[in-house]
Amino acid sequence: MHHLLPLLVAVPLLGAALPAAAGRRLPRAAVEITGFVVSGGTGALALLLLLNSTPPMTEWVGGWLPVGGQSVGIVVLGDGPALGMATLASLLTLAALAYSWRYFDAPPHGHTGAFTALMLLFQGAMCGFALAGDLFNAFVFFELMSVVAYALTGYRIDEARAVQGALTFGVVNSLGAYAMLMGIALLYARTGELGMSAIGRGLDAHGGPDALVLASFVLVMTGLLVKAATVPFHFWLPDAHAVAPTPVCMLLSGVMVELGVYGAWRVYGTVFAGPGGIPAADLTRALVTLGILTAAVGAVMCWYQRHIKRLLAYSTIAHTGLFLVGLGVLTPEGDDGIALYVVGHAAVKAALFACAGVLLDRFGSVDEHALHGRARSLRATGVMFAIGALGLAGLPPFGTGLGKSVAEEAAGGPLTVGYVLVSAITAGAVLRVTARVFLGLGPRPEDAEYETSGSGEEPETGGLLRRVPDTMTTVPAVLLAAALAVGVAPGFGDLVARSVNEAGSGGAHASAHWTAPGVLLGLAATALAVILAALAVTRPTWLAAPSWAAPLRRLQSGHVGDYVAWLLVGTTLLGALALPGVLGG
Amino acid sequence: MNRLRLWLLAVGGTGLAALLVAACLDLPRFGGRSHPYGDRAVHASLRRHIANTIASVNFDQRAYDTLGEMSILFAAVLGCVVLLRQTRDEHRAPPEPAEVARPVRRYALLVLPVALVTGLYVIAHGQLSPGGGFQGGVVAATALHLLYLGADYGALERVRPLGVYETTDALAVSSYVVLGLAGLLAGTAFLANTLLPYGTFNTLSSGGTVPLLNAAVGMEVAGAATVLLAHFLDQAVEIEDATEEEPGK
Amino acid sequence: MSHAMDVLPYLVAAYVFLTGCYGLATSRHLIHAVGCLAVCQSATYILLLAVGYRAGGTAPVFSDIEPGSRPVVDPVVQALTLTDIVVGATVTALLLALVLQIAKRHGTVDPDELRELRG
Repeated sequence: MHHLLPLLVAVPLLGAALPAAAGRRLPRAAVEITGFVVSGGTGALALLLLLNSTPPMTEWVGGWLPVGGQSVGIVVLGDGPALGMATLASLLTLAALAYSWRYFDAPPHGHTGAFTALMLLFQGAMCGFALAGDLFNAFVFFELMSVVAYALTGYRIDEARAVQGALTFGVVNSLGAYAMLMGIALLYARTGELGMSAIGRGLDAHGGPDALVLASFVLVMTGLLVKAATVPFHFWLPDAHAVAPTPVCMLLSGVMVELGVYGAWRVYGTVFAGPGGIPAADLTRALVTLGILTAAVGAVMCWYQRHIKRLLAYSTIAHTGLFLVGLGVLTPEGDDGIALYVVGHAAVKAALFACAGVLLDRFGSVDEHALHGRARSLRATGVMFAIGALGLAGLPPFGTGLGKSVAEEAAGGPLTVGYVLVSAITAGAVLRVTARVFLGLGPRPEDAEYETSGSGEEPETGGLLRRVPDTMTTVPAVLLAAALAVGVAPGFGDLVARSVNEAGSGGAHASAHWTAPGVLLGLAATALAVILAALAVTRPTWLAAPSWAAPLRRLQSGHVGDYVAWLLVGTTLLGALALPGVLGG
Repeated sequence: MNRLRLWLLAVGGTGLAALLVAACLDLPRFGGRSHPYGDRAVHASLRRHIANTIASVNFDQRAYDTLGEMSILFAAVLGCVVLLRQTRDEHRAPPEPAEVARPVRRYALLVLPVALVTGLYVIAHGQLSPGGGFQGGVVAATALHLLYLGADYGALERVRPLGVYETTDALAVSSYVVLGLAGLLAGTAFLANTLLPYGTFNTLSSGGTVPLLNAAVGMEVAGAATVLLAHFLDQAVEIEDATEEEPGK
Repeated sequence: MSHAMDVLPYLVAAYVFLTGCYGLATSRHLIHAVGCLAVCQSATYILLLAVGYRAGGTAPVFSDIEPGSRPVVDPVVQALTLTDIVVGATVTALLLALVLQIAKRHGTVDPDELRELRG
């Protein structure tokens, strides 16, 4: 079975290359059907492997099995989290392809298959990154993922904002990737190895952590946290997600950002968790601090957006912060909770983006103010938008709620309050949009001085849609049903917990199921979200941006130089947060 | 220049610099002897009769990395096709023939075949001498563009049917994957170099599948480089803005 | 070899990386910024190759030297650098394509004047 692991990369690549080879002659339908078959088939294979991932598999590509514990080849991992992320990425790609069925008006002349091929490459890259057990190989697939994502983000070249957002995305992420490669080179210099577990063993053999370990940790983490849009590395994300085509947003927000978090979890657990790595207390300090910052900034910025896709992008940032906090506490329960949370969040967030895409293609705008009351006729989409908001709040029995409650319990204390507040604020913002746009409640809000409006966008379909195609309503409905199923399906939580703990968490086993406090906190967050949204709609002045929020908004300047400077500050901050253990050791 | 940015840059730059310098002081001495992975790679390469160890690392031991690398190139080609496509407000004008100085023309046309053969040679000898698919592919693709220097853009377009190069590019990627799958079907592993005999050390046919993968990469790189350059050249030479939005131009 | 030579190549890599970052942050022209990104990447080449150097070593190609007759430098980092170069070239190509479109849509390539996405 383990020999099949590299197929999760090879099949999408082949599926991208073959239609491209025949691209000039193939009709559009044939290309799109190939896309479905390949992404769906890969998803099915990933699922099959996932169900067989006990005990965890490993595969040495090229048959370079280790001799005396050492190999010259590349190892691919087939454990629960790796295959889970690969499955998630594949299924979400399938959903995005279904959503974009006959979506773009004019594919590039003579390149009918370009969009489908890029999506399949993206899928292959995400699977490759999820399965990577070799640090340099992870870098290669990280870059493949990035390159495809830049091209997909800038797909609508007619749009001034799209190309600008894509370039910002490209520059910041590439710089992060090069920082990561510097870190890999340092680790190679110390240990002479590239396999993650081999590097970990090498570091432990060398003795306690020193400046080199700290620097390589900071550099590798910088790359991964840039992808995970952690404050202060996050500035690229709203700019990119606001402008990317909707199906691409579903993947970017639903799974690519989460892969950054997953990468940080994997790299810390395999490379730096030993006695020669970064002490646990330092990692917790670094990840929890950055996580809280990320969640707070994301939530505040999310609340004050009027551009709906940008609002959703900030809510992704806020939730990523929660993921980092949950993983940062380094408990098996935290890992389990976040795994469930990521799955539920992916489905909910993709569904919300899908609904925002319907607005864009129907009205040529994703601006909360301009659309005030205009989408009353889109009942199904409005209902799904509201349900998505409830999912974001973690209303039981959504999968997000289950994951959040398990993570809250693991984090404990004041961090629980953070979880409730952040999910309530982001969900409240989405509910506010629902109330204004789909129900036309409340007065039309006033414009602020420093913001990005969502008006004047081009629809992604050929002209404005008269009626919404069935695929564009079915896909979000299925995604929301999946988010519910994650929380409802009996035993699913425990299944996820078992496979996550088998792969990491130091061999400890925990279970993940609904508890009374978890349900109550989920209900509290939902109630708070509803109250916030109601207040915002009926009494707009009460919750208008206070003066302290203005400087925060000004930081998001749209200037790529600023973002690079923040990236450097971020590496310094990360280094400072992880420094004490290195000094003490 | 923005004050805040300078401050951020000063703080972040100082911090990162301190981190990097401290790390450098902890690195093993430059030129040190300990290279465990490197030593293993040399042995593995010699066991498979591959004289150029780097080719063995790229196309055998870490052939999976090269698969990702190829895909990056392929993605960049697709990406540039998408990003540099003709938009609604642009139109194409046929390139005008250009006058080329006679010595330039003569030199370019003379060097063209030499450069092309050199490129193919470098690809074919990838497992024996420095070079291989990536390097040779770029040389071969650049050779074609001597026509642009020696004649004009029209001449280059006549020997460069883009569709063929795009198909070559995609087929080369496919064949790399298919060669990998062959290893899997043969019952070993994905990208296993166990299908073909390893041949005689230091000959063209040595190294099992390495020369084949090398050739696939060479084809891909030559195709990709040509297509990429073509799209940039199109922007410079052929595609014109129909609306002339900017005043004063 | 003097003590300074023991770390100098690594320090060069660090210096080049920081220079690239400085250029990126202060750039006033997007093509210049893409170039600065390539500078940052060059730092990774330098670091990788420096890490793999072995005193007195030659290229790990055995078509004209007898295996074992003299030390060779680490072939793995050379292969990694090759991969890295290809990655760098493609990223540069894509980013330049985006800059081209920015120039067309915004009429400027000065990042100080691109302020549509903010807040």
